[in-house]
Amino acid sequence: MTSSAFAKTWNGEALALIDVPRRPIDQFRVALIDAVKARCRVSSLFVRRPTESGKPELVAVLTDDSDGSVLIGIGALEGERYASLTPSCPQVHLFEREIAEQTGVAPEGHPWLKPVRFPDKADQRNARIGEMDFFKVDGDEVHEVAVGPVHAGVIEPGHFRFQCHGEEVFHLEISLGYQHRGVEDALVDGPHNRTIHVMETLAGDTTVGHAWAYSQNVEALSRVHVSAHAQVVRAIALELERLANHTGDLGALAGDVGFLPTQSFCGRIRGDLLNMTALLCGNRFGRSLVVPGGVRFMLEPERATELKKRLETAERDLQIAVNLLWESATVQGRFEQTGMVSRTACVDLGLVGPAARACGVEVDIRSTHPTGVYQFTNIPLATAHHGDVNSRAYVRWLEIQRSIVFIRERLNSLPASDSLSSRRELAADSIAASLIEGWRGEICHVAITGSNGKFSSYKVTDPSFHNWTGLSMALRNQPISDFPLCNKSFNLSYCGFDL
Amino acid sequence: MLKPLLARLKQGHRTITYPDGEPPAMPDRFRGRPVIDASKCVEGCRACIEACPTEALTAERLPQVDLGKCLFCADCSEACPQHAITHLQDYRLSTRTREDLFVGAQDELRLARALDAKLKRLFGRSLRLRQVSAGGCNACEADVNVLSTIGWDIGRFGIQMVASPRHADGILVTGCVSENMRLALEKTYEAVPAPKLVIVVGACAISGGPYAGHSQQHNGVEGLLPIDLYIPGCPPHPLTILDGLLRLLGRIEVDSVRIQSK
Ligand code: SF4
Repeated sequence: MTSSAFAKTWNGEALALIDVPRRPIDQFRVALIDAVKARCRVSSLFVRRPTESGKPELVAVLTDDSDGSVLIGIGALEGERYASLTPSCPQVHLFEREIAEQTGVAPEGHPWLKPVRFPDKADQRNARIGEMDFFKVDGDEVHEVAVGPVHAGVIEPGHFRFQCHGEEVFHLEISLGYQHRGVEDALVDGPHNRTIHVMETLAGDTTVGHAWAYSQNVEALSRVHVSAHAQVVRAIALELERLANHTGDLGALAGDVGFLPTQSFCGRIRGDLLNMTALLCGNRFGRSLVVPGGVRFMLEPERATELKKRLETAERDLQIAVNLLWESATVQGRFEQTGMVSRTACVDLGLVGPAARACGVEVDIRSTHPTGVYQFTNIPLATAHHGDVNSRAYVRWLEIQRSIVFIRERLNSLPASDSLSSRRELAADSIAASLIEGWRGEICHVAITGSNGKFSSYKVTDPSFHNWTGLSMALRNQPISDFPLCNKSFNLSYCGFDL
Repeated sequence: MLKPLLARLKQGHRTITYPDGEPPAMPDRFRGRPVIDASKCVEGCRACIEACPTEALTAERLPQVDLGKCLFCADCSEACPQHAITHLQDYRLSTRTREDLFVGAQDELRLARALDAKLKRLFGRSLRLRQVSAGGCNACEADVNVLSTIGWDIGRFGIQMVASPRHADGILVTGCVSENMRLALEKTYEAVPAPKLVIVVGACAISGGPYAGHSQQHNGVEGLLPIDLYIPGCPPHPLTILDGLLRLLGRIEVDSVRIQSK
């Protein structure tokens, strides 16, 4: 029974650790697998140590999209190994690789416990970056293409291995870790005065999303109330972040099929949208806006009016720029049936965000697990059904339009501005899980405090962590020349993954 | 075919005229160069120093800020009970040396000088850069990329981002230099034919930024490669980056700015 192995709670609520069921690993295993089979997704899974008992513990945070609940459970390990969950629950495959790499606890029976980030520790266990066995396809005329870590454009580093037969890709393996800069280690014993800045830079293009997820955890653990005004400003900023990135992505996709008008227009409009975030807080990426307790900058009526004016212009420009994509047969010809991911693969792998919605899977934290102002106003969830580049592009376009409507409505009914709530100590020996729908998808932060009210563990899961495998799947049986297009249609974060 | 043309007409021509014309206006809340009005400081007060997330603020007698560590957040100005710290709208921040990034209460900020005559002859009209991301948050990359969009069009100055280090005159580095990127960074640098430039963009690449001190990284490029231009910020505004590059190429004349707020 899942109800006995998991505490049922809600997004952004804190629980005392003793109220979280702690089951022997075998029972926990069965309960987790059953819950995922029934209807849950695994939003976070990690090993916590040191613990009160001295033995490592497996902590799982599951999301139930059917009733908006969050299930938290602990599996007590007897030693340094347990039977891997991956064979029965593929969506944890990377979580288990991460567990093995970070803690040495071995999920036995995992198909291949490859390195994830090559953390540079004196630890002999860890391989050096790039030094590992890659998946290999053997046979006549099969060849391998290796790309990266330094790529052709101004983009983050990562290593890609393609197993090809002529032009056709049989398999793509993605090996990351180049941006690993020790973020999670640095969060332990926090919050410090640097913590919020580390959160803002987990993935620089998702500053608002991650800062909000973090702030929501701190607010839950310290029982701090956030004013209605601050909640609205956060949501406006989160939607502006989505607008800017989705717009940039549509432009980049156009560029990848050589359709320059949309590329050029979207590149500029994206800048206009970033400048709207800068109007809110002085920084184009939303730095220093979202902090525990609320927001640092209030949105006065004149500023709201200016924002509305700029939003209108951006909307008009976007309509012109983006509709060209759907009206151009050459663009459609390149987008359609390229980089397909099946609905089944999407569900099995636990993909999130626009990549999942493009497969017709209805996941969106704003709808299923809303917090803040999303609890009172609903943004209709956008889906498409082919799981191809076109669907991933189209979902973004739908979301752009819906976010614009949402922002406009919020600006029209702005609650009176209010000050930041003052900070309070965090509750000791507690756990909180916070989910935010960032522009790439579900962001999950899990905070656990020790007896001193400081973080004893802080687990970050960027949506990219779930979705990189989706990109690999999209490349199967595709011409290798479609890689840039497929890649751009996911546009995943390296730094958010590498941490 | 007609529709894209019509769209082009409607969207118009939008490249900024800077540096011939005025630079685009900064938003009113923009946090550019911080200034400290030391006359307001109260003896023994360390509020700003304690609030700073990256130890960018130090004080022997009077507070001093290291622009290479500064995240341009509002933590210090918010913490100061005397309101002695303000961020100006001034986006000009780039320097040629690390020392020039330390600004105290009385100093001037010595902005980047142009390359010497020989290098300027080589690179002044055509500068190809290979960008290397080495352990940051990708926001610096985003605002470097912006310079190649139509609004900024750095191609008009002969500056171009290229794919191969063999085609480059230098590298532009972002990120704190994660241990996992160190080798790739060094190899990329080696692959660039001499003479070559190293430009570091962002707090990470200058000092480690928000990750300074983490054992998984190297606190920036300093000590690994010789650096020709420092562009501070987290991330630097595109205009800050452009200003730095144009100063290096001698397209904007040498000057320094007074640090004092009055
Ligand atoms: S300097 Fe700041 S913005 Fe630039 S990469 Fe580092 S953390 Fe990101």
